[in-house]
Amino acid sequence: MMLDQVPALRPGFRFQWEPVQNAHVLLYPEGMVKLNDSASAILAELDGTRTVEQVVARLEQQFPEAGPLKEDVCEFLADALGKHWILLQ
Amino acid sequence: MTRLLNGQEKAIGPPLWLLAELTYRCPLQCPYCSNPLDFAQSKDELSTEQWVSVLRQGRAMGAAQLGFSGGEPLVRQDLAELIAEARHLGYYSNLITSGIGLTDAKVNDFRVAGLDHIQVSFQASDPELNNAVAGSRKAFEQKLAMARAVKEAGYPMVLNFVIHRHNIHQMNDIISLCDRLGADYVELATCQYYGWAFKNREGLMPSAGQLEVAEREVNVYRQRLADSGSAMKLIFVTPDYYEERPKGCMNGWGSLFLTVAPDGTALPCHSARLLPIEFPNTRESTLKSIWYDSPGFNHYRGDSWMPEPCRSCDEKGKDFGGCRCQAYLLTGNADNADPVCDKSPHHDRVLAARRAADHATAGLKDLTYRNANNSRLFFRS
Repeated sequence: MMLDQVPALRPGFRFQWEPVQNAHVLLYPEGMVKLNDSASAILAELDGTRTVEQVVARLEQQFPEAGPLKEDVCEFLADALGKHWILLQ
Repeated sequence: MTRLLNGQEKAIGPPLWLLAELTYRCPLQCPYCSNPLDFAQSKDELSTEQWVSVLRQGRAMGAAQLGFSGGEPLVRQDLAELIAEARHLGYYSNLITSGIGLTDAKVNDFRVAGLDHIQVSFQASDPELNNAVAGSRKAFEQKLAMARAVKEAGYPMVLNFVIHRHNIHQMNDIISLCDRLGADYVELATCQYYGWAFKNREGLMPSAGQLEVAEREVNVYRQRLADSGSAMKLIFVTPDYYEERPKGCMNGWGSLFLTVAPDGTALPCHSARLLPIEFPNTRESTLKSIWYDSPGFNHYRGDSWMPEPCRSCDEKGKDFGGCRCQAYLLTGNADNADPVCDKSPHHDRVLAARRAADHATAGLKDLTYRNANNSRLFFRS
């Protein structure tokens, strides 16, 4: 994965907050995944214009105590790509 | 919101999936339809306002996935209105359709209204067999056109094929057709035997040999897709009758799924209507009291209802004793272990069905097709 690529949710996927589950979920045709906090924080930053590098920078700004996040974010995005949740442009 | 079940330390979770069976009306006559045999007796459909109320209550309780199904949901003139309401409420909405009655304009109108996904069902990979199974001469061309329209409008494309002994040899052609249409997901759902499919089981159930060939073909194709980097996902559903352990049906009775039938009857699954249990109606009770407090929804929650061999089985927490409808259809008592399980004292009935499938000779013309005339023959007195 290149840092200048733009990740976006695959068409038909929706990321939203579910109060009853007290969690963010990813919704897709006849499916739903309940997300943990770090997955939610990353997916919330994918707006279809930000590059991987920008997503990492924004997350590092939000969570300064977490230290460098590039590796974690890239690992999650690679996994999400493998599951066909996201596309890279 | 959680409540304790019979004082046990097990909370009842929210109904995350709501299936709205808007109508039993359908222009097709598929002989494996999961609707009740006596569907023609049920004429009193919920009004638009009543459906809106069901959607609102379900969403407030936590339902996030919503299926519009039937019958053929497109025959409801208020479908676009219900889709818009669903989107407004924050549902992810799925339209499960035969494609008959769909038009380019509707595909786009529904998109604007906020529909997330359209699943088009096919009966076969060629027009002749497709139309024979569907009981409609023009079905196949219409389905192809609508699958293309769905794709063009930017929906994720899910194509569903119900597989049985008369089309199971078409696996390669079916997958190849889906690939050409640009499907994202392909459901190759071998028939399960409820409703009309149970009535027609002998004429639908594939033999073990047919099933083995089909599974092999699907696996080879799946590998080919993976090698080519295709995102098309093949979902092959093995029929229960060829398993040795039952499925964890509906993820447990009254655990995640809530179905509302056309007349407002609330059910823990779309087949449960055939059980000798009284189910509540959304016209008379709130969805919340139906889900948490009604005898129908609490009937098979937990495991205190289980007889042997389930009661002492170390897998009961995984499969919940299997499917109550299958137990009822095959043994006459819905409390029994699902006979699919080889620990069930009734497993021989499943084995007998497998043997019968090895020697079945019934053709398509011998099946009982799902239509109002045939349905009237099944009215309970």
